[in-house]
Amino acid sequence: MSEHTNTGHKEHILPLSLYLGIGSMLLVLTAVTVWVSFFDFGEFNLVVAMIIAASKASLVALFFMHLKYDNKLYAIIFVSSLLFLAVFIIITMFDTLRRDDVYIEKSGPIQKQSLMYDSLKTHSDSTTVVDSLQVKEDTTTVDLNK
Amino acid sequence: MNKIPETHYLNAKKGIWSWLTTVDHKRIGILYLFSVMFFFFVGGMFALMLRLELLTPTEMYIDSDTYNQMFTLHGAIMIFLFIIPAIPAILGNFVLPIMIGAKDVAFPRLNLLSWYIYIVGALFAVFSLVSGGADTGWTFYTPYSTTTSTAVISIVLGAFILGFSSIFTGLNFIVTVHKLRSPGMTWFKMPLFVWGMYATALIQVLATPVLGITLVLLIIERLIGIGIFDPAMGGDPVLFQHFFWFYSHPAVYIMILPGMAIISELITAHSHKKIFGYKAVAYSSLGIAFASFIVWGHHMFTSGQSELAAMIFSFLTFFVAIPSGVKVFNWVATLYKSSISFSTPMLYTLSFLFLFSIGGLTGIFLGALPVDIHLHDTYFIVAHFHYVMVGGTVIAFLGGLHHWWPKMWGRMYNETLGKISCLLIFVGFNMTFFTQFIMGSQGMPRRYHLYVDAYRPFHAFSTYGSWVMAAGFFLMAYYLIHSLFKGKPAGNNPWGALTHEWSITSPPPEHNFEEIPITEHGPYDYDKIVAKSTLVEN
Repeated sequence: MSEHTNTGHKEHILPLSLYLGIGSMLLVLTAVTVWVSFFDFGEFNLVVAMIIAASKASLVALFFMHLKYDNKLYAIIFVSSLLFLAVFIIITMFDTLRRDDVYIEKSGPIQKQSLMYDSLKTHSDSTTVVDSLQVKEDTTTVDLNK
Repeated sequence: MNKIPETHYLNAKKGIWSWLTTVDHKRIGILYLFSVMFFFFVGGMFALMLRLELLTPTEMYIDSDTYNQMFTLHGAIMIFLFIIPAIPAILGNFVLPIMIGAKDVAFPRLNLLSWYIYIVGALFAVFSLVSGGADTGWTFYTPYSTTTSTAVISIVLGAFILGFSSIFTGLNFIVTVHKLRSPGMTWFKMPLFVWGMYATALIQVLATPVLGITLVLLIIERLIGIGIFDPAMGGDPVLFQHFFWFYSHPAVYIMILPGMAIISELITAHSHKKIFGYKAVAYSSLGIAFASFIVWGHHMFTSGQSELAAMIFSFLTFFVAIPSGVKVFNWVATLYKSSISFSTPMLYTLSFLFLFSIGGLTGIFLGALPVDIHLHDTYFIVAHFHYVMVGGTVIAFLGGLHHWWPKMWGRMYNETLGKISCLLIFVGFNMTFFTQFIMGSQGMPRRYHLYVDAYRPFHAFSTYGSWVMAAGFFLMAYYLIHSLFKGKPAGNNPWGALTHEWSITSPPPEHNFEEIPITEHGPYDYDKIVAKSTLVEN
């Protein structure tokens, strides 16, 4: 491949034992995934699962896909694509996790079967509407009648 | 007296088949020129019809549903079929390889493929036009876009396909700039047009896939209702806006950065002076490209996103003003004590400086959270983005088109008519859109078919302006087409410019250079070298 000679890259052949070693590590980590699923870490369930999954993915990318031995530029591009995705998700979470800072009814997805919709439909119980649109107590409220 | 060379890229091979299978970057640029300008004409016609309808507050000749479809098609065609491909695919394809001293782009076949993909995407857009149109606006916001009965899927699929065309062009330019620069063409000896194109290409490659994902999600949502954007199924319609603007805000810079790239080129060539602050202008392109990815939420201040996110986005938005300001001040400083020739491209450059500054500064109004709450979805927004997109990008594109027209065809257009047409477009544009700033700040909402009588004088004046602008465009079409047959031969270097494309014949030979050129001087060394204009004045 001419591309390889251009970048000074040499064909890199890894010993079979390394492939088998990495392969068995992946199998062990799969077992760990199953094992930790029997414990409840509360909020950290996702974190633990992601750490195991990320280390498995790194092993595949580094050894099976030869990222460790290739031109460092590819590693930089690979990592920046992950950072790029992280920017999108993290900044979006500044929105989705903090919707209820001021108005509590913005906190979750609107469900058609919620109390608010029932009361709007029947117009019978006006107090329910007010309840569900109530502003959080710890924030300053503005009296629109003033 | 100048002569057209006997063989050049236009006549080296003959027949329609030689055009449809060409891998010559110059010919692909010309293919793009005709297809993109065709859609510019279609989108422009929609604009004129919309403005005519808005002449009176009541229904004049189209009903409200048709009106909704027309502004959607005007927006979608102008954005996806005209303004995004215009500068990179036409002028970028034509001049970028020559500017860096290459014989072609890095992947010539991919380049041709991108044109075919563009045509396929355009056919989808045309299909949705004849099969009932779409009425969502070019932004395809949920939940309306998932529930309306119009042809949303075909136009969305069209935009999805067009995205690939854009990615291929961007990818091609990145590799070309990295790999095919001629000897001596170091990064900081590249013309600023190439820097701008490079920054644009980075955004095209990074952001466009996100649009692809978003549009596919929208299609899936419409077809089988998986509920990603449907609150009744635990989804979130605002998430669509996050997805959409994560692409579409960088896309705004896919549109404006090439415009800025052209202006850097034009302002030096037509004022015969070295650019002020070369590195600052080059880096500010990358700065704008970077900032474009972290400000998308300023389109969503009234969408119901969290107050915290809105504040963060508002704060970050102001950063865009820094690199943009760097550019504008550097261009103005370049003009200082220079030898300005008031040619048509220079008039467009000066128009750009005025119009883009107005467009950019009103962007600061809109980036400020409390002000935007009031101005959102009014004509103020419409005016702002037309000042940036038309006053910025389109004006720069027209300037670039006039600048490189003699290189493309070897013939000059009529300069007097060129200046008149530029003036008509400048005056007509301001009549049309400055009025909309006033109207918007007084509360006229955008996208409304019927309006209260109080806004009538503004709307009427805006419509008259659109006619003045149209007159300018038709005049331009006339003299440009006329010049193809009757124009005077322009010679190699009608403007006395120093970049590589002016050292070869007009039109260029099939493979650009007899031998690969060696870059010995910077692109703007007007203080060291005097290049004589080959333009015959008579």
